[in-house]
Amino acid sequence: MTSTFLPDKRSTPGADRPPPATAAAGRTRRRVLHWLTAVGFQVPALVLFGTLVLLPMLFAVYAAFFRWGGFGMPEDFIGGDNFTRLFQDPVFLGDLWRCLVLVALSLVLQLPFALALAVALNQRIRGRAVYRMLFFAPYILSEAITGVLFGMIFAPDDGLADQLLGTFGLDGLGGQWFADPDTVMATLFLVMTWKYFGFHMMLYLAGLQSIPAELTEAALIDGAGPWQRFRHVTLPLLAPTLRISVFLSVIGSIQLFDLVWIVTAGGPDHHSETMAVTMFQYGFKRYQVGYASAISVAMFGISLVFALAYQRFVLRRDLEGATTTMRGGGS
Amino acid sequence: MSARRTGRTLPLHLVLAVVGVAMAVPLVYAVLSGFKSTDQLSRNPIGLPDPWVTGNYTDILGSSSFWQLLGSSTLIAVGTTVVVVAVSALAAFSFARFAFRGRETLFTLFTMGLMFPFAVAALPLFLLLRSMDLLDNPLGVILPQAAFGLPMTIVILRGFFREIPAELEEAATLDGCGPLGFFWRILLPMARPALGTVSVLAVVASWNNFFLPLLVFNEPTWWTLPIGVQQFQGQYSSEYARIFAYLVLAMVPALAFYSVAERQLVGGLTAGATKG
Repeated sequence: MTSTFLPDKRSTPGADRPPPATAAAGRTRRRVLHWLTAVGFQVPALVLFGTLVLLPMLFAVYAAFFRWGGFGMPEDFIGGDNFTRLFQDPVFLGDLWRCLVLVALSLVLQLPFALALAVALNQRIRGRAVYRMLFFAPYILSEAITGVLFGMIFAPDDGLADQLLGTFGLDGLGGQWFADPDTVMATLFLVMTWKYFGFHMMLYLAGLQSIPAELTEAALIDGAGPWQRFRHVTLPLLAPTLRISVFLSVIGSIQLFDLVWIVTAGGPDHHSETMAVTMFQYGFKRYQVGYASAISVAMFGISLVFALAYQRFVLRRDLEGATTTMRGGGS
Repeated sequence: MSARRTGRTLPLHLVLAVVGVAMAVPLVYAVLSGFKSTDQLSRNPIGLPDPWVTGNYTDILGSSSFWQLLGSSTLIAVGTTVVVVAVSALAAFSFARFAFRGRETLFTLFTMGLMFPFAVAALPLFLLLRSMDLLDNPLGVILPQAAFGLPMTIVILRGFFREIPAELEEAATLDGCGPLGFFWRILLPMARPALGTVSVLAVVASWNNFFLPLLVFNEPTWWTLPIGVQQFQGQYSSEYARIFAYLVLAMVPALAFYSVAERQLVGGLTAGATKG
């Protein structure tokens, strides 16, 4: 790899040497060397990314068209049958529905909650450093720790949740939490909010701090009330941050695995299953690798379509300049 | 004046305090429960421990398996970080300082990697690692983790590298510095804060990763802390107090790391989200 850009070094003194007739050839040679140098730096990343990310992704797409148990190479080609089956599989359709529910809950409850707390902590208020640290801390803990912890806190009867409700005489509100098909998703969402809202709050805080104080002060002088200042000054200026945060939240919901796998493994009776959990069940527990690959491909397709549409219609303004005005130092 | 200020912010303080309590209660409950015996925990789930039992904590700290998990997690986190930062720095350098044919396509490919769900690649990756004999081998976790960390790391580093003025590079070239010399002797030392940021992100991602070690390690030899936590719960499922103590001890390294590297971590997460 090192040798790739050594010739480029030597080419600098050599560039003066060729007579005028071969100057064009020399320029071409230099351009090729320049390209080789630039790409040479990419080689390790390309090898790593190509073999361990792209190759498996492409293979998943290939395997999705076979009935295959995961041993040897896939041979039993069945066309699009896995995908037809996918859209008749009540568990997978349920996964899609649950994904939508989580996205909706996040957008309507979790992100506004994070925004409200970011606005609160953006003011000079006693103890804000402590609050900021406390609200963000769960984001640092692994999903494994979070999952096991809340699995015990929401254990029916013995867990902290039911005990606390009992202490306040609210036994009626207690319940089976993760064990009840009707409450499992709500409980899961509660845990997800506990763990993840701090991350979005931190994003908003960073965005809020980049808003010049003069703007809100000007609005104040113009007689705008707190809500008007928030609605017409802060919110529009925070829009790029909000759009990114929504994007990350949706992608996170589509790909949710760790927390669900540890707390409920998708139960009771599939009521908290996500696409990734279903994929894992088929791929690693039931050895229907072809079908599991089809689920993977569907997940990727959904992420991709969402990401492209979102970039096209929502993020376009924010990304302008990021991909169009790149200057190269080497030229 | 001051009294009016306090009066106005009182509802705000109240809200923050309520949320703060809700956030802290699960953690405090875990710490306190670890100081009870399981029997005491079922009789007295909410109050302070009486008596304070330290056996749960000392038993775990005295067992070699906990330290082994800690060692594996550390080794894998450090290995992943070294690989992903080194490889990304080279690629980001090329993206930031060279104009070359295919750059946009290549960069788009990497940024698309930001939304490749790991779960999608999990099955073929597992088969690939099995055929490369990398199961039950720390490299089987380090290399894929590094590969999936590339997009984010490259995007962040590229942003920082582009901010270094072109004059510096011209001066270095005039002084006879080749691209590699400029990269190694000038760019990397200048980008130390950025390297710190991406390293912290890589360490945290590796430390908390659950899915990949779950697939790769069948034997307990190389289990990492998240796998250990899950296994411990399975093993002592009825001994609640012990599990709480275990959870608390498993939290300590991550929280300690957070308190040391808070600025890099928060800076990196927000940079990663906004610069992408």
